[in-house]
Amino acid sequence: MRELDAGVITQAVQRLCIQANTRLPQDVKDTIAAARRAEDWSVAQDILDKIIENYSIGGDTPICQDTGMACVFLEIGQDVHINGPLTEAVNEGVRRGYTEGYLRKSVVRDPLDRVNTGDNTPAMVYTELVPGEQVKITVAPKGFGSENMSRIAMLKPSDGLDGVKQFILETVELAGPNPCPPIVVGVGIGGTFDKCALLAKRALLREMGTHNGSPFYARLEQELLEKINALGIGPQGFGGRTTALAVQIETMPTHIAGLPCAVNINCHVARHVSEVL
Amino acid sequence: MAKYITAPLTKEQARSLRAGESVYLSGSVYTARDAAHKRLCELVEQGKPLPFPIEGAVIYYVGPSPARPGQAIGSAGPTTSYRMDAYAPTLLRLGELGMIGKGKRSPAVVEAMRETGAVYFGAIGGAGALLSQCVKSAQLICYEDLGAEAVRRLEVENLPLTVVIDSQGNNLYETGRAAYLEQRR
Repeated sequence: MRELDAGVITQAVQRLCIQANTRLPQDVKDTIAAARRAEDWSVAQDILDKIIENYSIGGDTPICQDTGMACVFLEIGQDVHINGPLTEAVNEGVRRGYTEGYLRKSVVRDPLDRVNTGDNTPAMVYTELVPGEQVKITVAPKGFGSENMSRIAMLKPSDGLDGVKQFILETVELAGPNPCPPIVVGVGIGGTFDKCALLAKRALLREMGTHNGSPFYARLEQELLEKINALGIGPQGFGGRTTALAVQIETMPTHIAGLPCAVNINCHVARHVSEVL
Repeated sequence: MAKYITAPLTKEQARSLRAGESVYLSGSVYTARDAAHKRLCELVEQGKPLPFPIEGAVIYYVGPSPARPGQAIGSAGPTTSYRMDAYAPTLLRLGELGMIGKGKRSPAVVEAMRETGAVYFGAIGGAGALLSQCVKSAQLICYEDLGAEAVRRLEVENLPLTVVIDSQGNNLYETGRAAYLEQRR
């Protein structure tokens, strides 16, 4: 069994928090650049130009001031033994990364008393055991302008494909200009109430420009993207073609009585970065 | 084509702006988000003075990331405005003439804007690094305990904004989208 010091995880999380908040992934940049080329509405072109200018600055300043809650996904090989408390190691990495990187501390200790924890902890930690002896860490800072526009519905099996499409389009319509379009639409279909929401969040981690492995869902992603980009909301909601950059769907088996559907919205600052230890 | 305006605004200036216009804003603006708005409105309720002159003021809904040494401010883009809807009418009726944010506003806010001649500007959400370059200095005014949510006075130079809702109630989120869809038909 491989031994891995928890301190190594802390250092990786620290690095990834800073990197994710100051450098947009190449796949996201490529998608925004392609959307700019396809955009034919001048107001929208101007906004997309400024968005491109913003992520091209490339200094130490975060791309967006909402440096988010730190969502940390850990795929832990079952043949690795981690020396030290894992959750504490992740939180220490977040604490150091958000302090050293001059990132905004946006977490309150209690949803109702709303006192800021001062160091952006705790992180939202998602662990999964996988075969092997490696640990893959993904840090995805999640801003709440877009998180607040996310929704889940426990649809009926009889609602079917049309019900799913309708719920997704309705969610984008209701969000309108609020989540800083152009947006990325993460969709989860199936599972239980909680697993469905997690599928939608995980869908946002997928490399942009790739599709669901199933041809059926890949076509559905494409169809929904076209429908969303026909709504006319446009960049920042000022009108235009580019309302969404991508629709990314993940599915899993569900109960005979259910059809859960979750939509997790992200803005164009679609941050996520991974490292394998 | 873009207009150059200065904050604090005059009533005439605020009333002259129309939804869809691009403006570059210079001068002093005050930052406030949910928590600061709540405290400001509590002061009003208690009949106490506000910590900055509200007459003609422009409030920027922003919680910047921390400034590095030598920087005026960190990343500084707008936050979603509807969370301030519960408080905005109170401040508008006291003389606030401009709000900077992003996203929809409630009918009550638009009504207060029509009544008082105020204007709602959109800044580009998610372009905080770019917008921070327009901030020349930041001075803490109050509520330091709120961290990023404290009230600061920012001196800005040519902050690029779009008039989203004007004092007549015209709304770019409606008209811009309709114009695009009309052209596409």
